[in-house]
Amino acid sequence: MRAHTRIGFILLLTPLVLWLGLLIIIPHIDMFLISIRERISFGVYETSLAQYEKALTEPLYLRTFWRTAVMSVLATAITLVIAFPVSYYIAKMAKGRLQQVLFMLCLIPFYVSELVRTFGWMILLRETGLVSNLLQWAGLADQPVEMLYNDAAMMVGLVYTSMLFMVVPLVTTLESLDDSVIEAGYDLGGSGLSVLREIIIPHAMPGIVSGCIVVFMLSLGNYLTPTMLGGKDSLWFTEMIYNQFIVRSNWELGAAFGFMLLVLSSVIVWGMLRLTGRTLQETMG
Amino acid sequence: MTPDLECADLVKRFGETTAVDNVSFSVPPGSFFSILGPSGCGKTTIMRMIAGFLDPTSGDIRIKGKSVLDTPPNKRPVNMVFQHLALFPMMTIAENIGYGLRRQKMPKDQIARKVDEALERIGLPGIGGRKVDELSGGQKQRVAIARCMVLEPDVLLLDEPLGALDLKLREHMKVELKALQAAFDTTFVYITHDQSEALVMSDQIAVMNAGRFEQVGTGQDLYYRPDTPFVAGFIGESNRWKGRIDRVEGEALQMRTDSGLAMRATAASPLAAGDTAEIFVRPESIRLAASAEALSGFDNQLQGKVTSILFNGAASRVLVQDDAGETLEVTLPQSGEFATLKRGDAVHIGWGAAQATCFKGAA
Repeated sequence: MRAHTRIGFILLLTPLVLWLGLLIIIPHIDMFLISIRERISFGVYETSLAQYEKALTEPLYLRTFWRTAVMSVLATAITLVIAFPVSYYIAKMAKGRLQQVLFMLCLIPFYVSELVRTFGWMILLRETGLVSNLLQWAGLADQPVEMLYNDAAMMVGLVYTSMLFMVVPLVTTLESLDDSVIEAGYDLGGSGLSVLREIIIPHAMPGIVSGCIVVFMLSLGNYLTPTMLGGKDSLWFTEMIYNQFIVRSNWELGAAFGFMLLVLSSVIVWGMLRLTGRTLQETMG
Repeated sequence: MTPDLECADLVKRFGETTAVDNVSFSVPPGSFFSILGPSGCGKTTIMRMIAGFLDPTSGDIRIKGKSVLDTPPNKRPVNMVFQHLALFPMMTIAENIGYGLRRQKMPKDQIARKVDEALERIGLPGIGGRKVDELSGGQKQRVAIARCMVLEPDVLLLDEPLGALDLKLREHMKVELKALQAAFDTTFVYITHDQSEALVMSDQIAVMNAGRFEQVGTGQDLYYRPDTPFVAGFIGESNRWKGRIDRVEGEALQMRTDSGLAMRATAASPLAAGDTAEIFVRPESIRLAASAEALSGFDNQLQGKVTSILFNGAASRVLVQDDAGETLEVTLPQSGEFATLKRGDAVHIGWGAAQATCFKGAA
């Protein structure tokens, strides 16, 4: 009997161990090993921190690294600010069918691939696109307006792509807030703002934190949106990793970039949890 | 003296349905007023209108003589204890109680003192630092009341706050609520579907049915002198007979029941011979006897068989089936003479006309 439960336990654990081992731990160890070697000549490698040194001293690399971090935080903040009222409306104000319909509306764009969705924005924003034509027709612009290939367009794309991942955890936590608790907040003399600050936001905190972590990681690791909507100046760190691996075949530097990104996201997520006084278990569990 | 709370011709319609239909009442200062009714009768709607979460379709609500219709809920001098209490789970007990005071921008040290006072008053000193979910049901109850009372409202609304508690605690909290009301000397408006809560605690009770007040009065009024068949049926237990009036002499009358019995009763409203009517008799007003002679003084006498004994301590009942085949509930006296009563025994029952209330029946 005990042997049976043991076998069952091992069988259940195997996929998880394989998944973690083959897809996450082993590649990362390999990546790390690649990142700390230097190519001396053809087929000859030496262990060194030269790749990291290069990454941290070259202004373009460093600037892109920080830009990606700051822009991702910004995208997360904008997503939160837009998603919060939307989620509040879906969770608390909309009733019955309307609630389901609104939730579906948030979900439907994700039925098509990210590529197609991003193309949708390009159709809207390009020089001969819908918005440009509309502005000319309305007399607000006297020549075609190019709205693509800049930070704003990229930000719009990032926020749009991440929206659902913020709305879902927010709606879930806000739904669990009893209406009468909000009413009690007003009944005892609270104004809209103080009820929001003292009751609704503290209650929604787990949802806010987990939504922010997911959105931040998705933005930081996004490749498609910055490449397609961003301009020459809005180089994303993932693009540089791609360039090193694929275009330059410089796996050593690419691996070092990859590791820097991993450290960055870990530090920022840790900082976010510290700032809100939560533990990872509370947020994910 | 101006009443603390006054509702005048209050009406609330939701689309086609009228939830509250022309309700007027006033609550004198310092009294305990209950609205008692079955679920869905509109009592919660009245309460939410007084608190300000709903706007009445027409009518007026006055608190200490001033209309509050244009005052938003957070500015009204009323506070509410919610059905599930709605304590703020993200705050400690002290923060919960101090919430309203912080909204009034009271200085911190003063808030701390008031919170301590309130905790003292509800008999839970020193629990300020605890979390809401560390308290028992009864303690939460008291904290919810303290959270309102620190604001010194003119009227405290309580929306079935005992509903979530178990029976034993509910009995205990009834007494405690009444004591708290006396201690705070504030007007309480209490809504419930539980008649014993209303009867035990209230100075005045309004019985509500289908959006209207059926009767407003003290517990004794409602129990002994119900105005309408609904009140007679809703408060306490009753045996009922439907029938047609034979003759009327002032308030005294005789009715022929549908099963053919002649019964003497007292009219609660003007009735004439030939009217359809309904007689209500409480189980405890019926006298049980072994022989017919013992009941010679009663206006109504029947004989029947015991079909069942419902033992419930002091509130034990006997079900008696009379010769016409109807079953009556009779209170079982606990004096010992019927200790040997068992199923199938023949018994005589009787009651006075004064204990039988007759209402005009629905046509």
